[in-house]
Amino acid sequence: MNTAGITGKSLRAALAATSCALAFAAGSTLTGCSEVWNNPHPLGSEKTNTMFVPFRERSPKYLDPVSSYSNDETPYTYQVYEPLYGYHYLKRPYELVGRTAVEIARPRYLDKDGKPLPDDAPGDQVAETVFDIRIKPGIKFAPHPAFAKDANGSYAYHAMKKADVADKHKITDFTQTGTRELTADDYVYAIRRLATPRVKSPSFSTMADYIVGLKEYGERIVATDKELRKDLAPTDRDLPFLDFREYSFPGAEALDKHTLRIRVKGKYPQFKYWLAMTFFAPVPWEAEKFYSQPGMAEKNLTLNYWPVGTGPYMLTEYIENRRHVLERNPNFRGEPYPCEGEPGDREKGYLADCGKTIPFVDKVVFDIEKEGVPLQAKFLQGYYDSPAIERLDYGTSMIVAMGDSKEKEKEYREKGIKLPTTIEANNWYIGFNWLDPVVGKGDTPEQAERNRKLRQALSIALDWEEHIAIFERGQGVAAQGPLPPSLFGYRDDGPAAFNPVVYTRGPDGKPVRRTIDEAKRLLAEAGYPDGRDARSGKPLVVNFDYQSSPTPGNKALLEWYTKQFAKIGVQLEVRATDYNRFQDKISKGSVQIFFWGWLADYPDAENFLFMLYGPNSKALTGGNGENNTNYQNPEFDELFKQMKFLDDGPEKQKLIDRMIEIVQKDAVWSFGYFPTSAAAYHQWIANGKPTQIIRNHIGYLRLDPGLRTRKLDEWNKPIWWPIPLIAAVLVAGIVPAWFAWRRRERETAGRTLAHEGSAP
Amino acid sequence: MINYIVRRIGYGVLILIGVNLFTFALFFTVNTPDDMARMNIGGKRVSQDAIEKWKVERGYNKPLFWNAEAPGTGRLTNTIFFDRSVQLFALDFGASDSGRDIGYEIRKRVGPSVALAIPSFILGVFAVIVFSLLMVFFRNTYLEFWGFALAVFLMSISALFYILMGQFFFSKVLKLVPISGYSGGSDIFVFLALPVIIGIVSRLGGEALFYRTMFLEEIGKDYVRTARSKGLSETVVLFRHVLRNALLPILTSTVAVLPLLFLGALIMESFFGIPGLGSYTIDAINAQDFAIVRSMVFVGSALYILGLILTDISYTVADPRIRLS
Repeated sequence: MNTAGITGKSLRAALAATSCALAFAAGSTLTGCSEVWNNPHPLGSEKTNTMFVPFRERSPKYLDPVSSYSNDETPYTYQVYEPLYGYHYLKRPYELVGRTAVEIARPRYLDKDGKPLPDDAPGDQVAETVFDIRIKPGIKFAPHPAFAKDANGSYAYHAMKKADVADKHKITDFTQTGTRELTADDYVYAIRRLATPRVKSPSFSTMADYIVGLKEYGERIVATDKELRKDLAPTDRDLPFLDFREYSFPGAEALDKHTLRIRVKGKYPQFKYWLAMTFFAPVPWEAEKFYSQPGMAEKNLTLNYWPVGTGPYMLTEYIENRRHVLERNPNFRGEPYPCEGEPGDREKGYLADCGKTIPFVDKVVFDIEKEGVPLQAKFLQGYYDSPAIERLDYGTSMIVAMGDSKEKEKEYREKGIKLPTTIEANNWYIGFNWLDPVVGKGDTPEQAERNRKLRQALSIALDWEEHIAIFERGQGVAAQGPLPPSLFGYRDDGPAAFNPVVYTRGPDGKPVRRTIDEAKRLLAEAGYPDGRDARSGKPLVVNFDYQSSPTPGNKALLEWYTKQFAKIGVQLEVRATDYNRFQDKISKGSVQIFFWGWLADYPDAENFLFMLYGPNSKALTGGNGENNTNYQNPEFDELFKQMKFLDDGPEKQKLIDRMIEIVQKDAVWSFGYFPTSAAAYHQWIANGKPTQIIRNHIGYLRLDPGLRTRKLDEWNKPIWWPIPLIAAVLVAGIVPAWFAWRRRERETAGRTLAHEGSAP
Repeated sequence: MINYIVRRIGYGVLILIGVNLFTFALFFTVNTPDDMARMNIGGKRVSQDAIEKWKVERGYNKPLFWNAEAPGTGRLTNTIFFDRSVQLFALDFGASDSGRDIGYEIRKRVGPSVALAIPSFILGVFAVIVFSLLMVFFRNTYLEFWGFALAVFLMSISALFYILMGQFFFSKVLKLVPISGYSGGSDIFVFLALPVIIGIVSRLGGEALFYRTMFLEEIGKDYVRTARSKGLSETVVLFRHVLRNALLPILTSTVAVLPLLFLGALIMESFFGIPGLGSYTIDAINAQDFAIVRSMVFVGSALYILGLILTDISYTVADPRIRLS
């Protein structure tokens, strides 16, 4: 929609408003004044294929694919940039699919002499993994001035002077644009650029450990950059173009126009998940050249504000801390909406758009909404299509609110708000410190057995179903093991779905928590009959570290934990501290039991099971590992070493099953729960499947502007009658004042003086 | 008078240096450049190298006030304080710590701030004067009593409450105006109507009582008696004689803040999503962006000094007996 159209409509609205106001003044009826008045968007925009969503607090900090690593940046970065891989939109467990890649590349393994190894070669024999990734031909970059060429075929904006940029503040200030085809070289350029010292590159240190030659390359690039900047002040922002095309390294190469080769040290099957992140999004050299010209950085004309990509959308407006607009990339090739999903997707309508070309929505407008009250009000009025496009916490809180208030439940139902839920790769658990003499491993086999029984007894006593019902308002499922249901390795009929140590099967086959009597029996076998040490007679006191200071808000929760342990006669000493102190204690291993959670980096079982892998012990690695309980089990560690090299398949499943059985028996965690997350959309948004892993989801969403317009009219009919009422009250106040005024004006001076005389 | 103004401007520069020094000291007492770097880089995996690099690129690696290692005057000039202050006095605000052009942002944001502040101010002053004069006019009557009670009532409620109630009642219940947002052009009235009304109502009570006291002080004076004895109507006495004589304290409280209107209203802009300078300042404080904070404090101080000079000049206009020398 053009600006002139909007202004014209606004003027009409203003005229309508004036006529309405005049009608009131004349005391006429209120008919004809039902037009929507509280629309915060340009009038008429609700009828267009434009999605409106808020963003909270501030604009995204980094849109440069090398730097971007934060959730609030993903609605922009993942719609604009296209990494090699992405996730299938509907399938669960998550399945990687090619995004610009033709398919998921099958890795080739080489031994230390560079000779090929079979696919099933043991991981420790693999010296190098080679990924040859085919890129779809014909993919074009979104229109951008960096590609624009003049009549002679030279780049129109590659030789600008500072004065040429003086009046340019946004990318749309450049009149000419151009495009070109995406090639493997753009990915090579992006991978080389991970080593840049000029902008933040959070993945560099990890990737340098894996990609062949990247670490040394990084050192070379730092030296090169220093040389380029030697005559410049450190604060200078106009830096000479650091052209990564001139500096190569063997870990990333373009074999031909459409084939990219990446070489990875050893065997690292999880590397494929990195290729679905924007760290591996293509960067055209033209963009870097364009943005490195004098005066650009001062005007915020950088890749950090104005990304260039091949994705379904392009960023056309960036007003910091106010508004960002994504518009359909006219050069986007179009991708088909998936025709397969997980069971139940068809019934939920997620397959209705099978085969249609995405993206569906033409434009996405992100407006800042700093305060919660206006955000919620605008969503309920229909002016935001979703209250949070990139997060699932808002939908969950709406479900909780529905449970708390009948009125809210009625309102949300009447408005047809969709709150689809999911269990994401996220858990909360209570961990038992393996280094602790009472709840840990135990020094002797007998002690180890007693400690295990104690942990098992405590695990039974902790009624997580009750916890979910009270503190999560039913929004979660009790965990049977360390793996959440959305990951490969979790089977409904496998050990991940049933923990025989804590549960038995009920008559309907569903898990039923073992009884407190069983927990007491185990406690007695552990040497603590009725919660007292059989040898000393002293009560068993367990220290529980909690990750925030005690507040009235968490008092009930902490008391709940105490009561759970008291059910079997164990006393709980709660040590609630602030989060920094808590982390410090965990790093040193100076805790006994503690409550903590984990949100997966990528959807692989390895990303949860590595928290129980011995060499990752937090206390034994000086805080560098993620094994917070410091759990050590040689069999588990051996299986983990095998499992981490395997691709998803029956063999990996078998190992995962066994590993889960081991940790269930050892009860090193009381497995806690997997919280439910929910998206929130209005009824006119289709295909909104909740996810925290898939970030390019906006292209899959479909909007029905007609339905939205009707509902906005229906929900936002202005109520005018209080206005004349307020006016009447004012008049009622003014009339006596007017009479009093007249009286005072006519009264004699003597009377006025009499008033003055009685003045205070 | 010219001499006086020049002298005041001279004092103003000294005050600005003092304010700048004070802001600088306060900011760096609670924040170290390392904290700022960490906050600005953000996210996971912030290495010490990255922090050092961030500081070097923005000149925060120098000492704050005194560079013992530098030769000669460099000890004083090769510091963060000197670098940042000199620039300000040349009205070159430079780039924010996140890299954006502060001058450009200020120019872009002054419009929405003024669009909100000017109507709130003018209509507010008008409403306050009328309300307080009416209370004086109807002194010792039940109208004054209820007017007084209303003023105390309005004064007792926090501005935040007005905002929340205004949004709830006019936007959510009656659906007459957008709950928040901003747009230029003709739509501006729809977005600003509610914040302007709330701006007026929230200050009406307190200021009306203050003005009322001013007017009451005047009304007992001889010249009022003389005016009445001449047979002038009470309206003329109040609006022509009393108002003009009570103007001095009113000018003090209004003209001085006039230039500050350009700085926007912090809370109002934040709640109504108005992209003005008030919300710009709040965002900068939240993001620990010292470059913006010091620029905004500097602009604020300069405008306040300008306001005080204007107040002095306005005295001479309002009261011919006053001479600036």
